[in-house]
Amino acid sequence: MTDERRKWHERLQVTLWTLIVPPTVWAVHFLFSYLWAAVSCAKAGVFAEFPTLFVIGTVLALMAIALSGWIAHRQTRQRGDPPPHEQGTDIDRLRFLAKSTLLLAGLSFVGVLFTALPVVFIGDCR
Amino acid sequence: MSLHDQDDPALRAAQERRLREVWAPPKGLFLRWTDTNNNQVGNWYVLTAFAFMLFAGVLALIMRTQLAVPDNDLVGPGTFNQLFTLHGSVMMFLFAVPMFEAVSIILLPQLLGARDLPFPRLSAFGYWSFLLGGVFVSGSIFFDAAPDGGWFMYPPLTTRTDLSGLGADIWMLGLSFIEVSSVAAAVELIVGVLKCRPPGMRLNLMPLYAWYILVVAVMILFAFPPLIAGDVLFEMERLLDWPFFDASRGGDPLLWQHLFWIFGHPEVYIVFLPSIALFAMLVPTFARRHLLGYPWIVLAAVGTAFLSFGLWVHHMFATGLPKISLGFFSAASEAVAIPTAVQIFVFIVTLWAGRVVWSTPLLYATGSLAIFVIGGLTGVMVALAPFDWQAHDTYFVVAHLHYVLIGGTLMPLFAGLYYYWPLVTGKKLSDRLGRIAFWLVFVGANLCFFPMHLSGLEGMPRRVFTYPADLGLGGLNLASTIGSFVIAAGVAVIVLDLARSPWRQRSPRNPWQAGTLEWLAHPEDENWGIRSIPLIESRYPIWDQDDFVRKVDEGRYFLPDAEEGRRETIVTSVLDARPISVIRLGGPSWKPMLTALALGGVFILTTYHLYWAALVSGIATLVMVLWWLWTGTAEIPEKSCKPIGHGMELPLYISGGASPGWWAMFITMMADATAFSGLVFGYFFFWTRHEAFPPPELATAPGMAWPLLALALGLAGWIATIAAREVHARGAIAAARMLLIFGLLTSLAGVPAGLAGPWLSGMDPTANSYPAIVWTLAIWTCLHAAVAAIMQAYVLARSFAGRMTPHHDADIRNVTVYMHFFALTALVAYATIGLFPEMA
Repeated sequence: MTDERRKWHERLQVTLWTLIVPPTVWAVHFLFSYLWAAVSCAKAGVFAEFPTLFVIGTVLALMAIALSGWIAHRQTRQRGDPPPHEQGTDIDRLRFLAKSTLLLAGLSFVGVLFTALPVVFIGDCR
Repeated sequence: MSLHDQDDPALRAAQERRLREVWAPPKGLFLRWTDTNNNQVGNWYVLTAFAFMLFAGVLALIMRTQLAVPDNDLVGPGTFNQLFTLHGSVMMFLFAVPMFEAVSIILLPQLLGARDLPFPRLSAFGYWSFLLGGVFVSGSIFFDAAPDGGWFMYPPLTTRTDLSGLGADIWMLGLSFIEVSSVAAAVELIVGVLKCRPPGMRLNLMPLYAWYILVVAVMILFAFPPLIAGDVLFEMERLLDWPFFDASRGGDPLLWQHLFWIFGHPEVYIVFLPSIALFAMLVPTFARRHLLGYPWIVLAAVGTAFLSFGLWVHHMFATGLPKISLGFFSAASEAVAIPTAVQIFVFIVTLWAGRVVWSTPLLYATGSLAIFVIGGLTGVMVALAPFDWQAHDTYFVVAHLHYVLIGGTLMPLFAGLYYYWPLVTGKKLSDRLGRIAFWLVFVGANLCFFPMHLSGLEGMPRRVFTYPADLGLGGLNLASTIGSFVIAAGVAVIVLDLARSPWRQRSPRNPWQAGTLEWLAHPEDENWGIRSIPLIESRYPIWDQDDFVRKVDEGRYFLPDAEEGRRETIVTSVLDARPISVIRLGGPSWKPMLTALALGGVFILTTYHLYWAALVSGIATLVMVLWWLWTGTAEIPEKSCKPIGHGMELPLYISGGASPGWWAMFITMMADATAFSGLVFGYFFFWTRHEAFPPPELATAPGMAWPLLALALGLAGWIATIAAREVHARGAIAAARMLLIFGLLTSLAGVPAGLAGPWLSGMDPTANSYPAIVWTLAIWTCLHAAVAAIMQAYVLARSFAGRMTPHHDADIRNVTVYMHFFALTALVAYATIGLFPEMA
């Protein structure tokens, strides 16, 4: 299959760095949440009734994780060798990294939702 | 050399003779300790860590004896404090972490079909550092000088010199030294996994043990440096009275708790994952099938690694942080249960789908999973802040952490011991004794630690040396004490089993009929690691590849010879393990041991306030390191390429991103940058804790001018080094040298410029936390400028000595990596101390 016939998301290089994109987004979001709450509470004593900044950050994080999960999902479905996809071929290596990225995207998505929950239920800085 | 040449037995014998000669261990009473081969160093490492485990176990037995009955007076409160502090510290720093490094140093080259890890002398250096630091810390109890502030050493109890003695310094400096050796091991293991795999072993064929080790070593890079940063602040307070943790002068004891637990929580997973990794090797062997769900294990390892950095505040639920912050950490603490459970299910499913062969290692594996799951469930309980407030600092937490660590670290290591003993010694351990020991440990652990849940909930606090009979906790405590002695009996049976091993018969090769590479190891124990480096086509090559063992043994794969009389292994690419180069490995040498001694001197002499002697020791360390680098690295080979068989020729010299040295520098600097970010965190932490930061009387200190000048000098040195690298690669050697001299001068000038800001504005670091943290950031950055100057001078010297040429330019490429990180450090440090006060 030549490069011209493949879609953009199939041409993306999958590496160890792309594998850690979803959990890195989780980590950045987590750090952002922690700093946002710590600075709001330490400096202002409160955080807003509707925390716009926090909501934007969370939606962005979820979108980034979903996108990387979707790309990974498409990459796992590239045609190639027969199952069980455990051989030392280009396509099986690609499918493995893509599958792992997809699984990490799932975990990271849940992780971001978990992190967002306290803001829904805890309204002040006590 | 083609496939058919290897049909000639005479040729094979000649190759084997050369390999044996090259890899022969040094002999003699003293010389044998100069060995750097992973087999020897790994064995010393394991035995030493095991000895520390027994030592810390004895400390625990003394504590349990003291607590067996109410109002006991076997040991006094002072001794008891030393006992529990040392028990926790030794088990964590001198047993669990070093044991994983030790096991990896033995196993990883075998698993990866490499002759050795890429930096054998670094492993040896790590071992000697560990031994020296470990003996120093542990030995202190025999002089009644052991640390006594608990394994997490909370200030102000431990920073006030009127409340705590030498023990706190011994803990800080001794264990900082051990942390250096852990970071060294992390560098070694990451580069080993990424760059020293056999041809064909793509990422998706890598043994899962290697995946786990890669993940854990990366975790070390991000977890240990914040503790090193904390240690720096801590010792500055103890030795120089800089008030980082002193609330009366603008400091905050909670900063220590943050820095400690950013290390301390990932640490739990750092000791858990490599032990569970042993299951990923032995479960498929005894299930007689491939492990199911290979990507799920990768998910579990990588996911746990990330989430584990979002858990640290769950040790601080009772410190009065805003509930919203507690909520975030509680959420992450619950989320980490997902990847942890995934790997347990993968093991269960693999056993379910396989044809299980029952064995002693598998008995330990299943038993430890049961114990670990109980610890995991109580973990889910204490991850909930309201429950934690009730259970905090009670024996419930002691029960929880021991279930996790015994089920997640200790018993998996025993499983690994029974599984891998034949690999190391060529002899199996006794199944009968192994099972007796298992049942003693399993029953003992439950008898010892289960009652602690109850005594904790009924109000037994941690770290008390005795308790009154009226509490009604005598029975539960007695049960725990009996249990602890039953565990000890189990461990004694294991020690007996090990002690009898030399008199047992040799077992056949690969006694468990496993499928992975490490079982190529020969019972006759050749020192060369692997006869020829195979081409890998499967996750279980011994099971799946035709005639695999015979082809390896007959040298039919790669690099079956050592024609030039050098220790060598193959370097491959990160993703697909394509062969890139053959590297020469360091042989036996005194340098690692002497360097460890010199560095140990810095830490140990500082403990006793012998600053001049410590300075001499520091200079000796620098000289040793330079000597080691000069004589042992980036050596220009006698020829550019060498054949490795099958018509392939590989270069003997590589530089830049493909080379192990470049990766080692990159990884070391990641750790360095993490430690630095711990210090920067301190600065901004103080900012959030104070109404006015900087304090009004220091609002104009250190000013903008000097920090920005120092930044400009730092960036100039960085750009000059990059330019030097580029023109050097194009052959303009003289121009490169000029640029390096310019860079050297700017780096040197950066040192006084960086210190001038706080100095000239009269900032007194003992007065308040603000000047103290500004000085710390400035000194840190200036030390890095000084190291940059040393590196630039080193590269210049290499160039003048003809040891670096445009085609052999590893030195300048590695130094450029350092300079990237230095520029980033200077940018963040000087922008923080120079510009942030203008904005705040």
